[in-house]
Amino acid sequence: MADVSYRELSFNGLWKNNPAIVQLLGLCPLLAVTGSVVNAIGLGVATIMVLVCSNTSVSLIRNIVSDAVRLPAFVMIIAAAVTCIELLMQAFAYEMYQILGIFLPLITTNCVILGRADGFAAKHGLGPSIYDGFIMGVGFTAILVLLGGLRELSGTGALFANMDLLFGPGAANWEMVVIADYQPFLLAILPPGAFIFTGLIIAVKNLIDDRIKKRQDALKEKPVKGSKRVRVTGTIS
Amino acid sequence: MRITSPHAHGPMSTPRVMLNVLLATVPGIVVMTHFFGFGTLVNILWGGLVAVACEALALKLRGRPLGFYLKDYSALVTATLLCIALPPYSPWWLIAVGIASAILLAKHLYGGLGYNPFNPAMAGYVILLISFPVQMTAWAPPRGVGELPGLLEALQACFTPAAFDGVTMATPLDVMKQNNSLLVKDLWQQNPQFGRWAGVGWEWANLAFLAGGAWLLYKRIFTWHAPVAMLAALTLMAALFNDGGSSASGGSPLFHLLSGATMFGAFFIVTDPVTSAVSVRGRLVYGAMIGALVYIIRVRGNYPDAVAFAVLIMNFAAPFIDYYTQPRTYGHQRSGGGE
Repeated sequence: MADVSYRELSFNGLWKNNPAIVQLLGLCPLLAVTGSVVNAIGLGVATIMVLVCSNTSVSLIRNIVSDAVRLPAFVMIIAAAVTCIELLMQAFAYEMYQILGIFLPLITTNCVILGRADGFAAKHGLGPSIYDGFIMGVGFTAILVLLGGLRELSGTGALFANMDLLFGPGAANWEMVVIADYQPFLLAILPPGAFIFTGLIIAVKNLIDDRIKKRQDALKEKPVKGSKRVRVTGTIS
Repeated sequence: MRITSPHAHGPMSTPRVMLNVLLATVPGIVVMTHFFGFGTLVNILWGGLVAVACEALALKLRGRPLGFYLKDYSALVTATLLCIALPPYSPWWLIAVGIASAILLAKHLYGGLGYNPFNPAMAGYVILLISFPVQMTAWAPPRGVGELPGLLEALQACFTPAAFDGVTMATPLDVMKQNNSLLVKDLWQQNPQFGRWAGVGWEWANLAFLAGGAWLLYKRIFTWHAPVAMLAALTLMAALFNDGGSSASGGSPLFHLLSGATMFGAFFIVTDPVTSAVSVRGRLVYGAMIGALVYIIRVRGNYPDAVAFAVLIMNFAAPFIDYYTQPRTYGHQRSGGGE
């Protein structure tokens, strides 16, 4: 297995192959719990932890487990990791645990996690696997938080409400009222808002990619200096 | 007169159709202004401005020719239809959000006029209804029942909503739905907003929209199938479940025909050529299903009127209906459908 560059892994996880907006994996929790920033961070952190744990374990046992039974083995590992994270959240952030509800155990079935386990960790060494799990989780979380922020802002006119659920009582006054006297825009908080905003984020990402590609193409097609004759017929093959 | 193939004739262009539709809404708007004050007119003026701005923005972002598409009046039609459906004396931001959702989300994100699967005006209305239920279910009392605000107050209600102190009242459909203790006869006597056949003002507004629709039918802007099927299905449903006026009654057929957005929906929304079924049998099915759904949602649902929800649900189903109601191609046997 060829060496992988950490730089490329980072670029893949955060942008080029972002699990949420390029691979479109794990959409169920992405759409369901991103009504506010605090929910998004809660689920994002849990997903990062599960991804790192599962990628580590899968990478360690990749040479022992035979191909035929690898998927059941991976799922067992992921389920165990999710259970650990769930118990931890129950112990340290009980309200958050209650808000996330079913979507916490459902991380087990999040395709991002099985995808990285089978697609990356099962073929690479320990170091890259851990880093890949971490950076994919960060990419996923970034989109969760962005979506949560957009929906919370347009839905309630404020940002960072109820942060004390996750960061302790000191964070209770982190809430920023961006627009005073805002009429709650229920659509943004309801599920249709999640679909609309996810679509808009994907559109913006594609727009940026298009711009970059166009700029690069323009650089490539610079005419050779000094050539005065221009071929006007036929195509150059 | 039926024109068959070899004769050239001047086809209706999109702007002509749209202008005709706009003209046909005039009687309804006049009646609504008479009974509910200047609120609807202010809605339409402000909504029209926002709609043209949104349309221009979307066309510019999509790199389409501005003049050509702005001149087809489709944005103005969407705005007018949505603003008629909105409660009079709505605040400016409510109208702006509704129009922007209708033009940008429901129309241009799907590819612009002719590609939208959902009726833009009704999509905008539903987005507003589920987002701002308080503002969307507050309707002004009709002339003769409450004091009508003047033009200045109507402008104030729209642009400085905080300073406007308007009176609102449940619509007759809402009263009928909430009622569970009075006979319909007593309901009629105890609530001033009930008129001769349905609600004060509502009955005449519905008749005016019926007149506008009849004129469009005469101008051959659309065929009779979908609206007539819708009205027939609504009448049938109301007649079937009409129990003579007990406290559990959903209302008589005449009450349903002349209440809420029935006629407006039947002639201005259901007949949208883009989002409805296209074959003749398809239109009959499409209209009839909307009529049945309107009655069910009005009587059993949580919102006072149902035309927008019924239309959106059937917009979903229109391609499916077309698939099963394809007319026989000349010279071919009837196929099993959709082959």
